[in-house]
Amino acid sequence: MSNFKAVGSRLLQLAFVLWAVVTILFLMFRLMPGNPMAAYIDPTFTLEQQQQLMAQFGLDKPLWQQYLIYLGNLLQGELGQSFRYRAPVGERIFELLPNTLILTFSSLIVAYAFGILAGAYLAWRRGSWVEQAAIPMVLTTRAMPEFWLGMVLLAIFSFSLGWFPAGGTRNPGAEYSGLLDLYTSRDFLAHLALPAATLAIYSQGLPLLLMRSNMLDVMKEDFVTMARIKGLSNWTVVVRHAARNALLPVMTSFAIAVGYQLQGNVVVESVFSWPGLGRELVNAVAASDYPLAQGAFLMIALVVIFMNLLADLLYAFLDPRISHA
Amino acid sequence: MPEVAAVKTSVSEAVVPEVAAPRRPNIIARFFRTLRLPVNDPFAVAGLVIYLIFIATAIFADSIATHDPTEILYTPSYDLAADLRPGQDGFLMGTTSLGRDVFSQLIHGSRSALLIGVTAAFMVALIGSIIGLVAGYFGRWVDAVLMRLADIAFGIPFLPFVIVLAAFLKPSIWNVVLAMALVLWRDTARVIRSQVLTLRTRGYVEAARVAGSSDFRIILRHIAPNILPLSFLYGSIAIGWAILTEASISFLGFGDPDSISWGYMLQDAFASQALAKQAYYWFVPPGVCIILVVSAGFFITRGYENILFPKLNR
Repeated sequence: MSNFKAVGSRLLQLAFVLWAVVTILFLMFRLMPGNPMAAYIDPTFTLEQQQQLMAQFGLDKPLWQQYLIYLGNLLQGELGQSFRYRAPVGERIFELLPNTLILTFSSLIVAYAFGILAGAYLAWRRGSWVEQAAIPMVLTTRAMPEFWLGMVLLAIFSFSLGWFPAGGTRNPGAEYSGLLDLYTSRDFLAHLALPAATLAIYSQGLPLLLMRSNMLDVMKEDFVTMARIKGLSNWTVVVRHAARNALLPVMTSFAIAVGYQLQGNVVVESVFSWPGLGRELVNAVAASDYPLAQGAFLMIALVVIFMNLLADLLYAFLDPRISHA
Repeated sequence: MPEVAAVKTSVSEAVVPEVAAPRRPNIIARFFRTLRLPVNDPFAVAGLVIYLIFIATAIFADSIATHDPTEILYTPSYDLAADLRPGQDGFLMGTTSLGRDVFSQLIHGSRSALLIGVTAAFMVALIGSIIGLVAGYFGRWVDAVLMRLADIAFGIPFLPFVIVLAAFLKPSIWNVVLAMALVLWRDTARVIRSQVLTLRTRGYVEAARVAGSSDFRIILRHIAPNILPLSFLYGSIAIGWAILTEASISFLGFGDPDSISWGYMLQDAFASQALAKQAYYWFVPPGVCIILVVSAGFFITRGYENILFPKLNR
């Protein structure tokens, strides 16, 4: 029963953090320079549109009332009208979300598959020259600016060798009957390769280092010694006994990595003109399209917050020794 | 190196004034002992050497640079010195599309990187340490309030936050420092808090309390010196974060247009089609400099961890 209570209090915490982030967002966009109405109304909107938005967001009312209206609108998923697209912000965001998620997950899956295998291997070869050379190299990939890595890959594989297209999600003029059709096309995958590789090279360090240190911990445990005493082969001990147990915390870190990746996407999407949430946020801020910027920020924050929660819950669920206190 | 000395003294003054009290003649030796610099780890030493070169470059940038980094230059035949390859007309690393010297920009870029890195790291370490100390020591509602603040900070996507902040404030290199001070203290604070929780039950802290020491004195005298290496550890991670963040922000076009930084160089190169022109001499060096400085921080950090947490030392 205490588990239920713990999950309940964690959900309460989630609600609190959500409220706080939403409030910070509200204040940030109200304290910006210029007319407070600029957060929702573009001077080029028709008078009728302007009045409708004024009423919808209560822009003529005092700040605290605006705040309550803002919260109410958010609960209904109402984020306002994008200045540039002349369309509801929510619509635009859900249009872009799949692109960002595909980029994020494809790169993270590659990164985790590689990181877990390489991490386990390095733990196994602990103290060898391979390990001595590999760890500093991995740390170096963590020190790279992601967008710079993207630029170098672009210059080599796109501009120099011409193997991959330089940006976007599809060739100009290409038409697809549906999303599934697009996402499975050669064209799309060729566009996906470089940005996904950029993010994967940057992200593999986390699972690799985690896996390695977990393996080293697990290898010291009694049940591994026991397996060795039983005379099991080195392979069986490392893979069947140690790696399986070392894997759990690495898998929970996946959730956190999704949150972090979404932030890193902001720059990489810009380098590759990948039409995702991050690039949209940058463009919206640069073009003073405040409702869209607010919406994109909120969406990214939502994913980060939920992924943090998921990581916490997964961790406790997969390893019952962790208490919820 | 005067800059480092200045920062270190201010750290010691802010967190442990007693250590810096004038009546102790060997304060510098004591201070370095308290920091426990990792001099036995070859990678950490390499990291320290990179840092020294980096700091020296930033200090003597004016004498090292061959040109004014923002000046538009001309070749001896009075043509605009645009897109020259390395070595052409005496430009060591070539020129940008607007005829500026890449080498001089690279050298001057070390200044803003050092400035941002050190101040942001100092702010993050200082704020994180103070919040962690106060939360861990006083516990109860103080702890609850501060840790809920940390929860909120963990819920804010950092890079998007910096972008919005940088767009709304005047373009300045300090936006990155401000954003880091507002958000990134969270990791430091959590770690320091948990460290303080174990420290405050130690015998000597109990003894000091019984002997009538004030809370303030116990924190400064008995607890803070023990967490100083941890603050330093998180500070050195923050240097790398600050430089990477500044580079990202400048690259996205929200940086200070008046200051030459490595991120600005990359943005300039990207916007000027340097990739299509195969101008590797232009966009590779700033990235390499960033990697060198940031990974130097990582190596020093790792050396530190081995000293601070010998259990991890393998």
